[in-house]
Amino acid sequence: MRPVRADLALDAALLVLLLTLSVASVVAGRVWTPLDALGGAGDPRWLIVTQLRIPRTILAIAVGAVLGLAGATLQGYTRNPLADPGVLGVSSMGALGAVLTIFFSLAVASPWLLPLFAMAGAALGVVLLVLVAAPAGEAVGFLLAGVILNTLASAGVALALSLAPNPWASSEITSWLMGSLADRSVLDVRLALPFMVVGAGVLLATGPALDALTLGETGARALGVSLRRTQAMIAVGVGLACGAAVAVTGVIGFVGLITPHLVRRLVGNQPSRLLAPSALAGACLLLAADILVRLTPGANEVHVGVAMAALGAPFFLVLLISMRRSLA
Amino acid sequence: MSTALNSKGSGASLTAEGLAVRLGGRSVLDGVGLAFRPGEVSAIVGPNGAGKSTLLGCLAGLRRPDAGEVRLDGAPIASLPSRERARRIGYLPQVPEIAWRLDVHTFVRLGRTAHRGVFGEDPGDAEAVNGALEATQMMAFSHRDVTTLSGGERARALIARALAGEPAWLLADEPLTGLDLSHQIDAGDLLRRVSRGGVGVVMSLHDLSFAARVADRVVLIADGRVLADGPAAQALPPSILARAYGVDARWVDGESGPLLDVLGRHGGGPHV
Repeated sequence: MRPVRADLALDAALLVLLLTLSVASVVAGRVWTPLDALGGAGDPRWLIVTQLRIPRTILAIAVGAVLGLAGATLQGYTRNPLADPGVLGVSSMGALGAVLTIFFSLAVASPWLLPLFAMAGAALGVVLLVLVAAPAGEAVGFLLAGVILNTLASAGVALALSLAPNPWASSEITSWLMGSLADRSVLDVRLALPFMVVGAGVLLATGPALDALTLGETGARALGVSLRRTQAMIAVGVGLACGAAVAVTGVIGFVGLITPHLVRRLVGNQPSRLLAPSALAGACLLLAADILVRLTPGANEVHVGVAMAALGAPFFLVLLISMRRSLA
Repeated sequence: MSTALNSKGSGASLTAEGLAVRLGGRSVLDGVGLAFRPGEVSAIVGPNGAGKSTLLGCLAGLRRPDAGEVRLDGAPIASLPSRERARRIGYLPQVPEIAWRLDVHTFVRLGRTAHRGVFGEDPGDAEAVNGALEATQMMAFSHRDVTTLSGGERARALIARALAGEPAWLLADEPLTGLDLSHQIDAGDLLRRVSRGGVGVVMSLHDLSFAARVADRVVLIADGRVLADGPAAQALPPSILARAYGVDARWVDGESGPLLDVLGRHGGGPHV
């Protein structure tokens, strides 16, 4: 069928872009490491590439992909083009979960506790949103509930880190609320990647239900879609994917907000067809942003979360204005 | 297609027994018993707040009554898996929501949701969607953005979406509201044709003259009860209309069939 072929072409194009960016990501940084110049294991640049650049690239791709996918899923579920794990406070709830393990010194017990708490926090965030905002069923209510949740969770992160016996409190707060991909190791990849993959799989399976929700909740139920099952899948999927992402990078906002808008027109606005391209485009977006951040001159590297916010906030504003215009 | 054909058999039925629904302490439906037949258009009429939408929601299996039961071909509808129920009952909500700017073809294909596997396509997909587009004369619009259609085209797209699921029953909550006269006639005639194909059509309506024109049978609901049930002109004599709506009205013979001549508000005296 025609739409399927068009989607495959789009996915292939995004994949090519992603591969190109991946090569650039391995090469680019403070230390320029052209691939053909790399010697064997003795070359110090080899260490930079294998221990830093490759894990960082994999994380950027995985985190960007799950954020884009989560954004597309949440926008489909809420029928609200402004939904995003960052805007709705789901990521902040994940960060709060992670920070609580630091506050209670649980992270020492097992390296798995921090990501587990982050995932639980993110899943709880989705559940709270559904409980508070779903009965009203209005997109605006959902967004307001998200803003409140985001504020509370961010305040909780700041409070926990300020009260924690931690001399670097202020820099820690920044790194949790404005995420970064710098200096991540293979261990971080191993810790987070499996959960992100499983979470992404759960989210991809919500496609038919998201399509049916185009007709509203009653319309979807009349088509045999179980809303409760869909909500559970989104809570688990977003919880696993975004929770694991936040656990290793902190909160990176706006990827999930922007990405679906970049590809929505190309897939005929159909929520299910939006999922895979949003994941690929999200990976491209975050990877590109991370490469730029690495190349910005200055003593300290800019957090990629800060860069995304600088890019995302104006985008959000433009979106709001165009929405108001289309409603008027 | 098989579902629609099976419904032509004598066994197909949609029945409500002793339905009671309370909302916020108020009784909305109180002991409603009805039986619907395939191949027939039934109009549910009644004053605002009489419980028409609630009744349709119960019949569609989307709302659980506090007491009583809806049965589909003899089986309690609450016991059916939701996908099975969705394959047999098409439902058009009163306020249709269309969240994204889908093209008409994609929109109509949503009606196949309950027929599709988790990943695979349903082999009957293309045929059913094309059939629904043809039946509603929407083929020429299949690439148009469904959110920019005019009211009449939109009503047809909504009906096409329901028909794409090849349901044995089509339940529509005020499908003609907001349409101008010619589009009301088009949509009404379309629903009649659908019923003649073996589908049982049950819809709520406001306009009694129009109900008389479109429906084989009119069910009048007032205060949560069935007040009258039958062909419009016979089932709704002036006394019943006065009781249900508080208006003085009588049926007159028009060239197109019975028309309701509304004289005014009922005088407030004793019921005629």
